[in-house]
Amino acid sequence: MTIARFWRENSPRYNLQASKCGNCGKISFPPRTVCPNCHRKSIGKMQEFQLSGKGEVFSFSIVHDAPAQFQKQKPYIVALIKMDEGIMITGQIIDCELDKVEIGMRVWASFRKLGEEGPGGVIHYGYKFHPEL
Amino acid sequence: MREVAIIGIGQTKFGELWDLSFREIGIQAGLAAVYDANVASEDIEALYVGNMSAGRFIEQEHVAALIADYSGIARDNIPATRVEAAGASGAVAIRQGYFDVASGLHDIVVVGGAEKMTDVPDAQGAAIQDSAADQQWECTFGATFPALHAMIAQRYMHDYGVPREHIASVSVKNHKHGALNPKAQFQKEIKLETVLRSALVAEPLRMFDCAPLSDGGAAVVMCSMDKAWKYTDSPVKILASSQSSDTLALHHRSTITSFGATKAAMRKLTKRTGVDVSQINLAEVHDNYTISELLALEDIGFFPAGQAGKATVDGQTQIGGRVAVNTSGGLKARGDPIGATGVAQIVELVTQLRGEAGKRQVSNAKYGLAQSVGGTGSTVVMHLLGVA
Repeated sequence: MTIARFWRENSPRYNLQASKCGNCGKISFPPRTVCPNCHRKSIGKMQEFQLSGKGEVFSFSIVHDAPAQFQKQKPYIVALIKMDEGIMITGQIIDCELDKVEIGMRVWASFRKLGEEGPGGVIHYGYKFHPEL
Repeated sequence: MREVAIIGIGQTKFGELWDLSFREIGIQAGLAAVYDANVASEDIEALYVGNMSAGRFIEQEHVAALIADYSGIARDNIPATRVEAAGASGAVAIRQGYFDVASGLHDIVVVGGAEKMTDVPDAQGAAIQDSAADQQWECTFGATFPALHAMIAQRYMHDYGVPREHIASVSVKNHKHGALNPKAQFQKEIKLETVLRSALVAEPLRMFDCAPLSDGGAAVVMCSMDKAWKYTDSPVKILASSQSSDTLALHHRSTITSFGATKAAMRKLTKRTGVDVSQINLAEVHDNYTISELLALEDIGFFPAGQAGKATVDGQTQIGGRVAVNTSGGLKARGDPIGATGVAQIVELVTQLRGEAGKRQVSNAKYGLAQSVGGTGSTVVMHLLGVA
C-alpha cells in the first residue's frame, strides 16, 4: 500500500479512535461518516470516540501460511477481539504462547510495528493485542 | 418478468491448465455452451463474464471485450460486460443474464465465468484471494482469507461443541463426488486422515479444508422460455434469482457462525417460488472452506444450526442422502477458478436436472439450488433451477 493510504488512517490505527453516533450512541470502528442504524439522521452528528483498548478474544486462528509481510512472524495468532465497548476488531495477539490463546481470554491493545514498505521504506504502526497484565 | 431457460452449458476441465491462456479458457467454455445450445453466433444478443481479478492474475482488465473478440462475436457489436463480486462473480454474472432475458430486453444471452490463477506464484494467488476481505482493516493486521474462515470454524466448534472431524468430513465427501466428475480438478477419493494430517494453513484449517487455486471457465446460454423449445428438448428453468449482502469485514457481524446474507437470499428465493427447502434434494453450495459448506447448509435450512457436520458424517449430504450437496465435487474437488465457480455450479445443476450426470446422477431431483458467496459472506447469490 502507498504511504498516503496508510497515513490517512493513522488516527484510528494509532489511537483506536472510533466514532459515536450522536443520535443513537452506536460506536463504530473504524470511524464512519454515517451511522448504519440511523442513516441520514446521523449526518453531522458523528462524534469522535476513544476506545479503551481492552477486550476479550471472540475467536482466533494461528496463521501458518502467512503473507509475504508476515513471513518472519509465522506462526502467529490473529483474532477477533470483542472490545469492552461492544464492537469487534481484527488484530494480532502477541506476547502469548500459541497454545495459551483461547476464546474469552482478556486482552489489551498496544502500539506496535505492523510492517514496512520494504528495506528503508516507511514503517507502518498500529495496534496489536497482548494478554491482560 | 418472462420465464428464463438455460438451453446450453459448457465447461473446461478445472485445474492447473498450464497450456491454456485466459482467453483460450474463456473461449473453450463459451463455444461449448453455444454448441450445446445449438444457437448461431448471430443469435447471441449479450455477453456477461464473471471474473474476480484478471487485472492482478494476468495483468489484463477489460476481459469481457477480450472474450467477445476471441470468441468471434465482437464483430456483431453486442454488449459484453464483466461482473465482479469476488467469489460470487460468476453467480452475479448469471443474475445479470437472467435480468436481461426476464425483462424482455434480450432473447438469447451468454453468461460465462473464467479465472486464470496459476500464472502467478501460489503466495501471490493467495494474496489476491485475500482482497475479497477488507484489506485495510482485516488483512493489514495479519488476517488472511483462510484465517478469517478459520476463526469462523474456531467459534463454530466452541459454540456447538462440534468435533474437528465433522468439519473435515465435508472435504472427504466432496472428493468422493469429485472422483465421479471428469471435469474436476481432483478426481480422487481421500480419507479423513488425509485432511487431518495435511499442512496447517490457519488453525484449525488445513490444506485439505481449503479449495485449491485453479484455472477454468464455465458458460451457459440463456433464452426466454417461450423460445427455448426451438433449440432444445431439455430446457432447465431459472425459477428465481436472489442476492444479498452483508458487512465487508467479518468483525462487523453480530454472529460469525452463520451468514445473514445466505439466510436473507434464501428467504427471498422461498418467497418468490413457493418452493420449500424440504422439497429440494440437490444443491451446489460455496465450499471454499469445509466450514463454509456447513454454514451454507444450516443457513439455507437443510439442517439445524450446529448439525450439518453430523449430517455430513452420516452421509445425508452425499449422493443418495437427504440432499446431494456439491455433486460436482464442489469448490474443494471440482476446483475454484473464482470467476468461473458460480457459473460452474449452474452447469452442474443443469447437467443433473437433464439427467446427464452419469455416475454421479441424483435421482428424482425436481429442483436444483445454487449458493455462491463473495468474501466472508459479504455477497451471497442464490438461484433455484427446475425442470421445465
